Amino acid sequence: MSTNNTPHADHEVDSYTGVSTTGHSWDGIKELNNPLPRWWLWTFYITIVWAVGYCFAYPSIPLINGATTGFLGWHSRSAVVQSLTDLQKSRGALMQKLASTPLDQIEQQPELLAFARAAGAAAFANNCAPCHGAGGQGSPGYPNLNANRWLWGGKLDQIYQTILHGARSGDPKGHQGSMPDFGKAGILTPPQIEQVANYVRSLSGLKTEAGADLGAGAKIFADNCAPCHGKDAKGNIKIGSANLTTKVWLYGSSLKTIEAGVTNGHGGVMPYWGGRLDNTTIKALAVFVHTLGGGQ
Amino acid sequence: MTLPNAHGQPVLETGGDDDVIEGPLYAPGKRLFPQAAHGRFRNIKWTILVITLGIYYGLPFLRWNRGPGEPSQAVLVDLANRRFYFFFIEIWPQELYYVAGLLILAAMILFLMNAVAGRVWCGYLCPQTVWTDLFYAVERLVEGDARRQHQRQAEGWTFSNILHTGYKHILWLMIAWWTGGAWVLYFADAPTLVRELATFQAPAVAWFSIAILAVLTYLLGGFMREQVCIYMCPWPRIQAALTDEDALNVTYRYDRGEPRMSLKTGLAARSHGQAAGDCIDCNQCVAVCPTGVDIRHGSQLGCVQCGLCIDACDNVMAKINRPHGLIAYDNENNIKRRMAGEPAIYRIVRPRTILYSVAIVLIGSVMLARLVTRPTDGITIAHDRNPLYVVDANGSVRNAYTVQIVNEQDQPRELNFSVEGLKGAQVQVIGVAGQGPLFPIEVNGDDTRDLRVIITGPMSTPKHASIKVTFSVTDPLRKTTMSATDNFKTP
Repeated sequence: MSTNNTPHADHEVDSYTGVSTTGHSWDGIKELNNPLPRWWLWTFYITIVWAVGYCFAYPSIPLINGATTGFLGWHSRSAVVQSLTDLQKSRGALMQKLASTPLDQIEQQPELLAFARAAGAAAFANNCAPCHGAGGQGSPGYPNLNANRWLWGGKLDQIYQTILHGARSGDPKGHQGSMPDFGKAGILTPPQIEQVANYVRSLSGLKTEAGADLGAGAKIFADNCAPCHGKDAKGNIKIGSANLTTKVWLYGSSLKTIEAGVTNGHGGVMPYWGGRLDNTTIKALAVFVHTLGGGQ
Repeated sequence: MTLPNAHGQPVLETGGDDDVIEGPLYAPGKRLFPQAAHGRFRNIKWTILVITLGIYYGLPFLRWNRGPGEPSQAVLVDLANRRFYFFFIEIWPQELYYVAGLLILAAMILFLMNAVAGRVWCGYLCPQTVWTDLFYAVERLVEGDARRQHQRQAEGWTFSNILHTGYKHILWLMIAWWTGGAWVLYFADAPTLVRELATFQAPAVAWFSIAILAVLTYLLGGFMREQVCIYMCPWPRIQAALTDEDALNVTYRYDRGEPRMSLKTGLAARSHGQAAGDCIDCNQCVAVCPTGVDIRHGSQLGCVQCGLCIDACDNVMAKINRPHGLIAYDNENNIKRRMAGEPAIYRIVRPRTILYSVAIVLIGSVMLARLVTRPTDGITIAHDRNPLYVVDANGSVRNAYTVQIVNEQDQPRELNFSVEGLKGAQVQVIGVAGQGPLFPIEVNGDDTRDLRVIITGPMSTPKHASIKVTFSVTDPLRKTTMSATDNFKTP
């Protein structure tokens, strides 16, 4: 280090510090010659060498069709594939157990249940949460999966089937049937719709309009709605007709909402996931939804 | 103030000199060639070196039987499974406060050591000191004593010097590698990892960690040495603020040493009845100093108080037939007392040391009591937040919770889980049969189990309510109960 401060023969030496000047002078202010510390300089040189080596080792120089490949053969896509393979390998044993265990026996095995719920939660967040909400809490038009009222059945196997094939999804095995548009099609007049909507509200103990003719509403219901929703209005999971006697409402329970539903009909779509997600993931999803709390 | 000492090293004095700093603040580092010391304190240092390094390098190989499926290493930091094993103690992540307690205890012990004997930690126990000592020993073994090392530097790169220097660096690097290697053994099963390292099967992170620690050991022990103590370490600064005038520091007893003069002059002066100090200015105390300070300048920042100058001085005193202890563990107060003709007073027991001792005993007993009585099971609750509650078909309200049950014992346990606080509630534990009130839950040894618990309130549950609910796990064999509370929310 001390050689750094050796005075140059042809330069002035600063009397105070004993360091030679570089010979540069600005307005009488002279620059002392204190070179960079060696360790710093060498670190800098090493980074240059490193950078050159890096350019040859890894993809770096852009060309017209892609980039140089680098002699290490590293590739970001293959790295992703590798990490996915590693992940699957680490899950392997439980994943296989989940795949081979019949659906109805998963929940009896604590370790498998925990694994299925974890896998199901991840798949749910990726695929289901956009419509059903992060916690499966739903929103108007998108069922709350925590509640125990199910359009297509809340047993584990029924949930599995609904995820696999969907509803009105274009899958021929999917659930079919929708709520007709009684108003738009001219089957019911607006006053009749108001009467039947009042009647429907009365079924679950909701307030009805003053002076509403519930008897007329009941008659309209029996003629038009009972074929699907049942005489007791408890719905039918075979055709996905809602149970109208509960506190759970898919679209909302206000008179206006019900009138709109009767007028325009309903036909929300649940996509089919068979073919998009592998069967083990769908099993995990079914277990996850079933164990949210509303499963039957 | 900054004064160059015999080695051209700046000496940072803590004394009250208010000289103006002259010249540049920067002084280029110079290699020290401390002489080997022999004597009492050197022997203590060798003993501590062997014990501490023996513990460091050997401890990972010590086995401790914890039963099947459990690691059999006495001291192990299992990062993957988030466990810290220390003989019979097993620390889980939620018990990290215990490690914090250990650190506080360590700090208190350091303070106590400081109150009794200054920087005794720096001089004897600090890893920087211990490894530097080891590196110096290797250097002297290969390149010869300080005089020979000086010669070699003057000779330049002769064949012999290149050979010896290379040999020295190889030995240093081997020690450094071994140091890094021992470190990683605390994080994995030691014999397995040694086998993997020997067959180049070890994971990359092990190689990487060893390399970093090896390079650091090599640089800190071989090159930076005393500069770490003088320029990098925060402890001297803190220590200087914590010390007092009663702490025993390595002290040059100038009351006895001054006026210093050569042996002959001193003899002559004494024969004429004139004052002559015992210090013959032989510079041995400076020659052996690993940080290159002159202890005769008084207590100073560069002094790590290793006591090697005491050994060097005592040897000289023995040769010139003067009593030993011209440099000794003492303090300024006693020098002043002796100069005033009073006897020296050693106040080891004083409010400061009593306070630290009481703090150590207190913290130690609290931790011990906690360790002995700490529960080996636990329960934590996480209420579902989205949705917070669910209204069911019949209008009843349902809340869902994730309950984690911890079993810190090595054996699987049958525990009873129950929920209380909401009368008439219906409790369901997913995957566990039954309606309650007690749900039998088996938790594997040294494991946790997550339960999804669903509580449906009775129709009579008030609206807009937040009702306190208690979740409990009971060990029917040991009659212990752990509880946690959460709320049942209604719309």
